[in-house]
Amino acid sequence: MSESLYDKIGGEAAVNAAVDIFYRKVLADDRINQFFESVDMDKQAAKQKAFLTVAFGGPNSYTGKDMRDGHAHLVARGLNDSHFDAVMEALGGTLKELNVPDELIAEAAAIAESTRNDVLGR
Amino acid sequence: MPEIGFEGKRYPSQAGESVLDCLLRHELEVPNSCRNGICQTCLMRAVTGTPPEAAQKGLKPALAQQGYFLACSCVPTENMEVALPNTAVFRRDTVVTDVHHFTSNIVRLRLARPEGFDYCAGQFLTLFHPDGHGRSYSLASLPEQDRDLEFHVRRYPNGKVSSWIAGQLQVGDTLSVSEAIGECVYLPGTPDQPLLLIATGTGLAPLYGVLREALRRGHTGMIKLYHGSRTQEGLYLHKELHQLAQSYPNLSYIPCISGADLPDGVEPGRANEVAMKQNPDLKGWRIYICGVPDMVYAAKRAAFLAGASMQAIHSDPFVYH
Repeated sequence: MSESLYDKIGGEAAVNAAVDIFYRKVLADDRINQFFESVDMDKQAAKQKAFLTVAFGGPNSYTGKDMRDGHAHLVARGLNDSHFDAVMEALGGTLKELNVPDELIAEAAAIAESTRNDVLGR
Repeated sequence: MPEIGFEGKRYPSQAGESVLDCLLRHELEVPNSCRNGICQTCLMRAVTGTPPEAAQKGLKPALAQQGYFLACSCVPTENMEVALPNTAVFRRDTVVTDVHHFTSNIVRLRLARPEGFDYCAGQFLTLFHPDGHGRSYSLASLPEQDRDLEFHVRRYPNGKVSSWIAGQLQVGDTLSVSEAIGECVYLPGTPDQPLLLIATGTGLAPLYGVLREALRRGHTGMIKLYHGSRTQEGLYLHKELHQLAQSYPNLSYIPCISGADLPDGVEPGRANEVAMKQNPDLKGWRIYICGVPDMVYAAKRAAFLAGASMQAIHSDPFVYH
């Protein structure tokens, strides 16, 4: 059996290394930080970790419905493709900073990209 | 099969069943989401029993140390009593041993430590008014060093519990307290890590505990304590902290006043803003922040953006008024 994307990227250790970098990027990005501002930063960081685990092809049981339900309140506040693009940028930048090879970044990006319509409630 | 105790009842678990699945099967409400040990929505605390290591993966070390675990990843190996996070289960009776007025509206309350009462410096508990009303207060005392439990209480005109504590309680009065919980505690194991402590008002209480615990354990890294207040009177431990800083070369105490009337040796401005300005790179630091909610949120965010890891930022989950 060939190694999964999750294993190739580095598994849970990679998610742990990525979460601070990724969360810092989205909080520092004025295009999207209004969607990530939360009084409970620990909960917000845990959500980022869950997202990264999905994108890295790791173990998860998220469904399209979860994605829709979880983002509906943000769509109501105007979440759209441009914001999704900015998050994709942050994801790519995070993986680059962690020296993940380009072909694996592309695989992770493709997984994240596949959630676009559910996240945006379409 | 092990039994799970929750909110006063016991529930038998099935083979291989997680604490979360067991409680949900009995139609109890436990917040949950990914059910894969990642999102941490189903965070719970073991009141008795030890959670398996797999159920603490990815948790902040301070949470793991206090028995917190993820219910979805916890297949119990022994009977466990569990609680939702930030919910105290036990109550104990105690007696007032000292009431000292630091200022006209800040009081130091000391209570006899009940027999067998365990806590870590920096944790908090709930003090109960005789009519059942409770308020959370942080411990300023050290379990290994101080005989009594110590609290710093600011009196609010409309605060039922704080007015009672600061205005009516007398030595010898009895009251009940919850067990101590929380993760705003000193973590041994990295004695050379720089520590940044930011407090406003009586948010100083838990950090006075964390600070003294760090010194007691021989912390060698730099420790910077910023205490902020609107007025000079609100810097209610100024003398003690100033003396402590003179005894420990690795400790700096930086008092801050955000109002007018600045005495010598005090920084102008809010404690969190002064702290961030003086320490722009917080990579590798451990940060403790206690005070009013707006300050805590602003400081947490700023500390994180200045390079501190989320895992290394500690604050209390309740509201100081």
